[in-house]
Amino acid sequence: MPKIDRVEEIRHDVIIIGGGGAGLRAAIAVAETNPDLSIGLVSKVYPMRSHTVVAEGGMAAVAKPNDAREFHIYDTISGSDWLADQDAVEYFVDEAPRELIQLEHWGCPWNREDSGQVAVRPFGGMQIERTWYAADKTGFHVLHTLFQTSLRFQQITRHDEWFATALLTADGRCQGCVAIELRTGEIRAIRANAVIMCTGGGGRIFPFTTNGAIKTGDGMALAYRAGVPLKDMEFVQYHPTGLPGTGILITEASRGEGGILLNNQGRRYLENYDLGSPLSLTDPKHPQNRTMELGPRDRLSQAFMHEQAAGHTFKGPYGDYVHLDVRHLGERHIDARIPFVRELAKNYAGIDPVKDLIPVRPVVHYMMGGIDTDLDGATALPGLYAAGECACVSINGANRLGSNSLTELVVFGARAGRHAATVAQKHSLSDTPEINHQLEESRSRISDLQNRPKGGERLADVRDALTTAMEAGAGIFRDETSLAACCDTLRDLRKQMSHVSLDDTSSVYNTELTTALELEGMIDIAEALAHSARHRTESRGSHQRTDYVTRDDDHFLKHSLAFRTDSDPRIEYADVAITHWPPGKRTYGAKPDQKENDGGNQ
Amino acid sequence: MKETTIQLDIYRYRPDWDAPGYQTYEVPYRDDWVVLDALNYVKEKIDGSLSYRWSCRMGVCGSCGMQVNGEPTLTCATFLTDLYPGPVKVEPLNNFPVERDLVVDLTSFLEKLDHVSPYIVRKEDDENDLTSEYSQTPAELERYKQFSMCINCMLCYAACPVVGRVDEFLGPAALALAQRYNLDSRDQGKNQRQDVMFQNEGIWECTFVGECSTVCPKHVDPAGAIQQAKLEGAVDYYKRLLTPWVDRS
Repeated sequence: MPKIDRVEEIRHDVIIIGGGGAGLRAAIAVAETNPDLSIGLVSKVYPMRSHTVVAEGGMAAVAKPNDAREFHIYDTISGSDWLADQDAVEYFVDEAPRELIQLEHWGCPWNREDSGQVAVRPFGGMQIERTWYAADKTGFHVLHTLFQTSLRFQQITRHDEWFATALLTADGRCQGCVAIELRTGEIRAIRANAVIMCTGGGGRIFPFTTNGAIKTGDGMALAYRAGVPLKDMEFVQYHPTGLPGTGILITEASRGEGGILLNNQGRRYLENYDLGSPLSLTDPKHPQNRTMELGPRDRLSQAFMHEQAAGHTFKGPYGDYVHLDVRHLGERHIDARIPFVRELAKNYAGIDPVKDLIPVRPVVHYMMGGIDTDLDGATALPGLYAAGECACVSINGANRLGSNSLTELVVFGARAGRHAATVAQKHSLSDTPEINHQLEESRSRISDLQNRPKGGERLADVRDALTTAMEAGAGIFRDETSLAACCDTLRDLRKQMSHVSLDDTSSVYNTELTTALELEGMIDIAEALAHSARHRTESRGSHQRTDYVTRDDDHFLKHSLAFRTDSDPRIEYADVAITHWPPGKRTYGAKPDQKENDGGNQ
Repeated sequence: MKETTIQLDIYRYRPDWDAPGYQTYEVPYRDDWVVLDALNYVKEKIDGSLSYRWSCRMGVCGSCGMQVNGEPTLTCATFLTDLYPGPVKVEPLNNFPVERDLVVDLTSFLEKLDHVSPYIVRKEDDENDLTSEYSQTPAELERYKQFSMCINCMLCYAACPVVGRVDEFLGPAALALAQRYNLDSRDQGKNQRQDVMFQNEGIWECTFVGECSTVCPKHVDPAGAIQQAKLEGAVDYYKRLLTPWVDRS
């Protein structure tokens, strides 16, 4: 049984929930903004375990003389199918180089040119090569650089392996959270004048995902339950190249370095999908930016589905697949630029990319949607901020470009940190009975879960039903029938969840309990996703409706906002910020001589 | 046909419950499963009370290190085919206090990591100049790159005979990370780090046994880092101790 002794609440000026890239960057930003503030970093895992660690390919920022801010802005906005907020994109692009240099100053081992300057590589949907990289372990290096740098700041107190169960609100402001200390099972209030949510995405609501076990969307659910809307949840990124079975990511950098995709006829099938024409592998211009294998992820994953329907994919025990071919790059180049691809393919697929073709298929990778925030990371609940994948500011719109998300972590993590620091010092904590009441509510919710009679539903069965429903109903292609069925299943699962019983009654490190709490949140965000998708009767970016196949700017150049209610989510809409780039046609595969026209201020 | 299975003997310990012991589970044997898949099968289908850490299941988050048949290993990278026909013994990592079942307490490592200042230290006041990067050639990067690959999985601590005997020993990963920053051309904090490294109990007991490097899943070679640090640093350190008036920065 969890102890419910009345233990003292913990107090900080600012707390950050989540210790990945965004959370660590936010914590450091708070410390730098006001060194006198006490900062609490609350994370359900040790920060270096956070999922930022698996990001591979790199981090986009304009750095070289052949690049310009307008190019990065245009790539991001067109990549988003015009759903990104353009003021956010402009800020993002302008701030990106500084933030990446900051990481460099903090020790990130970026790959370098012979001159000693940072090297860049091409990436999907980017017209100029601007992706900074640390081999193909960029996220790992960025996370460890940030974590190790955070140790310099004595004012950051880490609460490692504390699982947040609810947000605390009083006097209309967010004033902290309730959390379980895993090693003791104690449930305590952690109070603060500002809370920054940096808990990442929730790819685990799908069965086949690159996301690690911890990516359960906890922070999205916490904010959603506190009345904050989730924005654009229907936009889910399928990465085109995951290993069948495990869902392990094979980085887009493998295509940035020149890798190609082949169907079961040995053809570079992307040429049939309005992504331009292939160049010979010996052509020095290969790979071409914004063309073929360097098209955007939504389009590549959709192309796979069409190939599958045409019978042009291979059959495997873990679903159909196509081949990623990097053999022509040669062993030296592979080892220098994408060594992790080789390591993963050898360990988990039993093949060596130096001489073998890599089997790949689309895999759920990233959520474009998340907690609705403004440019400062502020949410509709005063005192609550969000940054990173759990947030939607939005720079990604209907489809995120590869290598923009790590940059987003630091650009908006830092900004949310600075803003939260400024706001926190203007407020003090309220000592109202409301806070105690909310703490007790969390405690009784947890003891209810633990005291249920044995022999009820098993957690894994509910989770499997959830992920199956999401893939069937809200996958790469959706329609009214599939989404309606998905929404129905989710409604049933909510009821079924109340019949789950746990085997584990221990208070110490009870991961079955945290899995149950995670799963409740996963059903919440899955509902927000499915209902938002059902309401959006158009196709845009990653949201492809087979019953509404075209983009409908007249009605849906809008952000979806899902609000939690006692029954189905309520869906509202908000305008997209358009500054200088009116909605246009997304074109990829332009001839090199047309490229200049592609990027300008239109 | 009867499904092929494999037996797991798993260490169980709940401080608020019963005495430690081993529990046996029979799980399906699949040739593409890693030990972590088998543990997940136990937790999901048989016994939800088994506790262990895991996340990325691709060998980079560093969560799932355990002793498998007595060897410290990442359970997400250890295939059942290599352990067939079993039984497979799964225990928490050696040399750490056990919190529960297969979960060990990492507090001591995090304190040790903190001691070695694992971050860039600059004397010049140029840290906030974000207009241009510090220059670093590929050759300069290569000097420390290998030691920057540590995922903090703690296999090296579980394998190290000195860690087992000397509590205060900073240990392989923390020392390798100290050396990683010492070798970084952008860093100017070598002196402060060396004070900590060479006053530390244990480092002189570390002989080139190299158990740490053998078990490292990322080929960091902490043993190499430690010997290199000792060779490079000892002379330098004693010079500073004996002639503190000479500025060697």
